Amino acid sequence: MQATDLRAEEVVGRPATVPGLGRPLRSEEMVVNMGPQHPSTHGVLRLELVMDGEIVVDVIPHIGYLHRCFEKHAEQMANYQQVIPYADRLDYVAAMSNELGYVIAVEKLLKIQVPERVEYIRVIMAEFSRIVSHLIAIGTYGMDIGAWTPFLYCMRDREHVLDIFERTCGARLLYNYMWVGGLSHDVTPDFQEKVRAFCTYFRPNIKELNDLLSYNKIFIERTANVGVLPAEVAINYAVSGPTLRGSGVKWDLRKNDPYSVYPLLDFEIPVGRGEKGTAGDCWDRYMVRVREMEQSVNIIEQAVERLPAGDVRAAVPKRIRPEAGDVYVRTETPKGELGYYVVSDGTASPFRVKVKSPCFVNLSALPAMCRGAMIADVVAALGSIDIVLGEVDR
Amino acid sequence: MIPQEIHDALRTRFGDAILGAKLDGVVDPFITVAPERMGEVALALRDDPAMRFDTLCLLTGMDYTGGKLGVVYHLASMALGHKIVLKVDLAAENAHVQSVESVWKTANWHEREAFDMIGILFDGHPDLRRMLMPDDWEGHPLRKDYKVPEYYNGMKVPY
Repeated sequence: MQATDLRAEEVVGRPATVPGLGRPLRSEEMVVNMGPQHPSTHGVLRLELVMDGEIVVDVIPHIGYLHRCFEKHAEQMANYQQVIPYADRLDYVAAMSNELGYVIAVEKLLKIQVPERVEYIRVIMAEFSRIVSHLIAIGTYGMDIGAWTPFLYCMRDREHVLDIFERTCGARLLYNYMWVGGLSHDVTPDFQEKVRAFCTYFRPNIKELNDLLSYNKIFIERTANVGVLPAEVAINYAVSGPTLRGSGVKWDLRKNDPYSVYPLLDFEIPVGRGEKGTAGDCWDRYMVRVREMEQSVNIIEQAVERLPAGDVRAAVPKRIRPEAGDVYVRTETPKGELGYYVVSDGTASPFRVKVKSPCFVNLSALPAMCRGAMIADVVAALGSIDIVLGEVDR
Repeated sequence: MIPQEIHDALRTRFGDAILGAKLDGVVDPFITVAPERMGEVALALRDDPAMRFDTLCLLTGMDYTGGKLGVVYHLASMALGHKIVLKVDLAAENAHVQSVESVWKTANWHEREAFDMIGILFDGHPDLRRMLMPDDWEGHPLRKDYKVPEYYNGMKVPY
């Protein structure tokens, strides 16, 4: 056959005219817009999906819809203490954890030690915060996949923790509880009793959650082998928290770069092992959160037994004026490594406060998880990294 | 490795690309690097078997006022468990620094944010767009001399 006998479509590899359609089948990529108003983007996030049929070629996240100028506000504050309510609003489902990182950073700049009672209460609150955050993550993840009931169970249990927060500092969501050098209030006299009661109540519910959702056949089908993030890719993207541990990397700042009284407490670090599919898939990331809640209950039980006496405001400084210098403090929040880079120029207000937001960094690895997946798996992958847009956009 | 050893190793290898260091009397010791050699220094820090800085924790754009900008890199090694801080000093009128996106993928978004907020230009970045502000925003909001615009796209912004 002569080359000239070939039709143009065959030479360039285009499909021939489709019978009945009268023109060639279009085969170019299509861009699908997901968000910013979409129920499974967990807030105002826009994803630009480049699709080849059902297959995702690329994901381009567009963020900034919830940008509230946290860093600019922090520079404009009259003193260091005033930044704390703004820090609450970063990851608003785990506000206690956000405060903890910031106050540790400023205390390091000031070189002050806080009383042991304060440390223990902070750890208890931070771990409660982890339970609350993971309950939301797990519940909403179930909803993303199509399971409605676990969400209600999770919200029910979350209320019990919020009640403890409310009894302690009056607020249920945004606390302004941890102060530089101490706490705004001491805990109530029946605190230990309430906390023990919660731990006894909550432990069996984790098993119930596993029976309902974690080992549910449909849930495993939707999440195992989906959105796989290999460990070396995760590290190169500086991914942290359950998203990193889901990839099988045993890395937790509470153990690896310890702060507060975590070295004195005994707990395990769960990692993903690819039990239902490949290590680093959505199910692994999900399951790390469930197992972390058990560990948090262990930590809380130990801490509440050892809770020493003391004055929670004994070390609160009258005025905060650190020497010129900078400090980077990273803590393990429910979402991952939350870092505060605080720069002081010797005046009463911070010169610069920069937040290393775990959600921001984890979201930047989303395209690496989704390339080559099906469009429905984007929802599964996005839910499994558990972003809060308040922290992504700051 | 302790910061002093890291500094000595870098100075031996890169000579005058290492402009200085402050290793004592600060909370986090730091090394100052020349902006036009940042890429190769970063690659060496990642790949040298004695250092293995596999994680870029944070990349911060700074405005030190008085026409001085800077970039701060917080590095950590998961494999070896040590940390170091790198700093790059820039002049506001020529704020160019080599991108480290090809070394640590996480730098992609951090560098875009530093460009967006402070106006630092990262040479070699594949996609240097604004990160948090709208694409048509003017100015760099975290500059210390930034004035909040009265109008946005012809609309008066009430405060």
